[in-house]
Formats: sequence, C-alpha cells, structure tokens
Amino acid sequence: MTAIFFSRDHEYAAVDGDVATIGISHHAQEALGDVVFVDPPKLGARVTKGDAVAVVESVKAASDVFSPVSGEIIAVNDALSAAPGIVNEDPMGKGWIFKVRMDASPDGLMDQAAYDTFLASIA
Amino acid sequence: MSSPDTIRHTPLHALHVELGARMGPFAGYDMPIQFKMGILAEHANTRAKAGLFDVSHMGQATLTGPDHSTTARALEKLVPADILNLSPGRQRYSQFLDADGGTLDDLMITRPPGADGVLTLVVNASRKEADYAHLAAHLPASVTLTPHDDLALIALQGPLAEAVLKRIAPSGAFDGMAFMDARAIPLDGVPTRLTRSGYTGEDGFEISLRAADCERLARKLLADPDVAPIGLGARDSLRLEAGLCLYGHELDTRIDPIEAGLNWSIQKRRRLEGGFLGDKRVQAALSNGVSRIRVGIKLDGRAPAREGATIVDQSGAEIGALTSGGYGPSVGGPIAMGFVPPALAKPGTKLAIIVRATALPAQVVALPFHPHAYKR
Repeated sequence: MTAIFFSRDHEYAAVDGDVATIGISHHAQEALGDVVFVDPPKLGARVTKGDAVAVVESVKAASDVFSPVSGEIIAVNDALSAAPGIVNEDPMGKGWIFKVRMDASPDGLMDQAAYDTFLASIA
Repeated sequence: MSSPDTIRHTPLHALHVELGARMGPFAGYDMPIQFKMGILAEHANTRAKAGLFDVSHMGQATLTGPDHSTTARALEKLVPADILNLSPGRQRYSQFLDADGGTLDDLMITRPPGADGVLTLVVNASRKEADYAHLAAHLPASVTLTPHDDLALIALQGPLAEAVLKRIAPSGAFDGMAFMDARAIPLDGVPTRLTRSGYTGEDGFEISLRAADCERLARKLLADPDVAPIGLGARDSLRLEAGLCLYGHELDTRIDPIEAGLNWSIQKRRRLEGGFLGDKRVQAALSNGVSRIRVGIKLDGRAPAREGATIVDQSGAEIGALTSGGYGPSVGGPIAMGFVPPALAKPGTKLAIIVRATALPAQVVALPFHPHAYKR
C-alpha cells in the first residue's frame, strides 16, 4: 500500500513501509519545462528533510530538489542520466529521482487533496 | 514612452495568450517564454522547418538625410562598420561603441532599396531608449532620427522559411535574394520590408510591417503546418548554438568588438581610417591583440553550466566566467560561451567549469556550435 505525499516545494514522496520514492510533481515538471539533466544525490548519503539533495536542469534554469523526508539514500534512478525527459513524461512513475529509507514516518507533508488546494491557492 | 514600471505589450500579445504561451517579463515587455510544444520542440521545429518569432519589442528606427553619403557618414561616426559602401538593398551588422571602445549596443543597419539617404536600424529592446538618446546627441542637423513605435517586427526562421513565404508572396519576389539582402515584398497583401537575416543561424527573414497588420500576417503564417510559434527560450538556445552574441552577456560597455570576436564586422577601410567613437581601443586591439577573447566551450558531461560560472584552466586557476551557458538541443549537450586569455582560446584547449563546487571538464570549440545555414 503506497501513500503519496507532497511538499510545498513540489516534491512528492511515494511512501511504502519505511521507503519513500522521491521525485517532482506534475505541476513542478510543467513549470520547469523540458528537463535536460538530473544531478542525483549520492547513494548511501544521509539526508535531512529540507536538504537540497538533487538538481533538475531545464533548458532555461537549474532547480534544487529538496528531500521531503529524512533518512538514507538507498537508490537513484540511473535511467534519468540517459533520458532526463522521463521526468516530464512520467514524473510520478518512471521519472522518480531517488529513494530514501526513512528514519521516521513522514510529517509536515500534504496529501493529494491538500496539495491540490495548495496548488489552487498559488495559481 | 511608458514609465519603467509599466509592462509593455507587442502587437501579438493577445495572440500569444490565446495560443497558451507561458509569458514573462523581458526588457520591459510581457513576452512569450515558450509555447505549448515546449522549448526543445520549438528549437527542433525551427532547425527542421520554420519558426515564427515575435521580435516587436526590438527598436526600429530610421535615419534620414539628404543623400546616402551624408546619412552613412553620420552613422559611421558611431559604428565601426563600413556604411558608406553598403549597397542599396543590403544589410550589415555593427555595434554602437562608447568613447572608450566599450559596446553600448549591437544592431542591424539596412540601406533600403529605393530611398536615397535613408538607413533603417534594428536595436535591442533593452537598449533602444539609450541608443536613440546617443544618436540624437551625435547626429548632425542634416540627419533625422525617427523611432517607429508604429511598426512591428516578426522573424520567420528555418530551412522552410522561404517556401512558406513564397506561398503568400507575388511570384518571383524572392528570386536571387541572399543572406543580408533587403526587399519590400507584400505578404498576403500586407506591405512588408524583409531582410534575409535572423538570430538562429538558419536561413530566414526578419519582417517589418505596420503594427496594425501584424496579427493578421502572424495568423496567416501560423496556419501553415510547417510553422510553429517560438518563444524567447528557444530563441536563446538557437542563438547560443549559432554562436551569436547577446547584449548584456557577450557584449557590454566593458567589452570591445575585438574581444567579442566581431572583427569580421569591421571592414578594412574603417580599421585603417578609424573615425568612429571608440576607434582608438579598436585599432589598438587589432594591432596589439587583446587580453581576453570570446570562445565557445563544450562540456564533456551532460550537466549544463550557466552564465556566471567560473572558468578555470587545467591547473585550477580562474581564467574567466561564462557569459552564456545552457543545453544545446541540436548539439545534444551542454554548451557555453565565455571570455578567456588568447593563449587558452585555441579549439581543443582543455578547461573546466565550476558548477556547484565541482570542476566539470570542458574544452574550447570553434564557433558556431551548430553550422550556419545562411543562403549565400
């Protein structure tokens, strides 16, 4: 059973047990435009919620990806090095960026309904 | 003139919004950054077919004097290009220089066919008020400057640009028209003045017309299946791949045209005679060389490096900074331009660019990154 949460920086965390799969939301990929490079975090690195751990580069600009959870990086999506555009095509599926084994349950994140409300409030 | 805090609209603003463009401020105008197809697809459409650009934010002005010689000599005091020997129906690229040889702006100068004593100018949007003041301060009484806020400017760029225009132009109108030629040609019945030039490295045209006619012609061109609307995002990636200078990046008041690698735009007579503002620095740079020069830089990896990133040599010593940098969609990787000492400017020279505290390996490459396809 996977639960999906969102941060105010437009990352998502798809949480399954103590593992969170992290990427950027559909809204974020649309705002960025065509992604041409993803700089992933280092495998095994310890991350704290709010750390800038990855970078997504569009044609126009570089954007930090902040980890929405704390824990250890246990996987990065190697497919993005050859085909970064997957982040645009399928941000919440094949376009995931990294996975974190969490120290604790996620907190301070929004569920889909709260995120939709948040998106409407900043539109 | 609007006040600085008022965002200005081009004649195609409503059309951009209707087409779903993502809009953003540029040089005081609310401009399309990208359309629905996205920057990569817009870039590719321009390289493969044709792209329509709204460049009405740029400044269009006319210099009018009693004859070509008077008008050309007046302008030659402010630019290093040979304008006196510019033929009717021809266009030339040049720069306004200040008294110290720094660059105030770069511009296109056209001697239209027909009217003797007239030159038309296209200057950068962000510089137009300053350029007009500079001209007004230096022109003799016999030459009049007329800014044309009533004119629009659009560009159709790409290998199919001529074919697209031929479908709506009188038969034979483009016969024998080459790169940097200028003609008056009606398009779909709308009077226009075209130059075969642009800012993409592709064959193409810049089309000046009455603001009131612009939307109708733009809609006509966009109805052609080969034409896509192109925003400022792809305009920048196209010009970067073409190795063209962008004012405020590769050119500013600290940079002279020789440092910027624009020697080709200064014809022999002007180099020898001087007689333009900033001539001492330009002539000294031509005789003695420069301490830094603009180069193309290709990164070995896939991470783009952006404007402002530090350039280091193989020993790690700082030698310059990037003036432009990003992803080259047709190149298929990150590209940049910047200024380095001449000893490190040869293609193949290994450098590194500092991105997020990491030295990314790179090398100097010949410009342009993507071959020009001008119709000679």
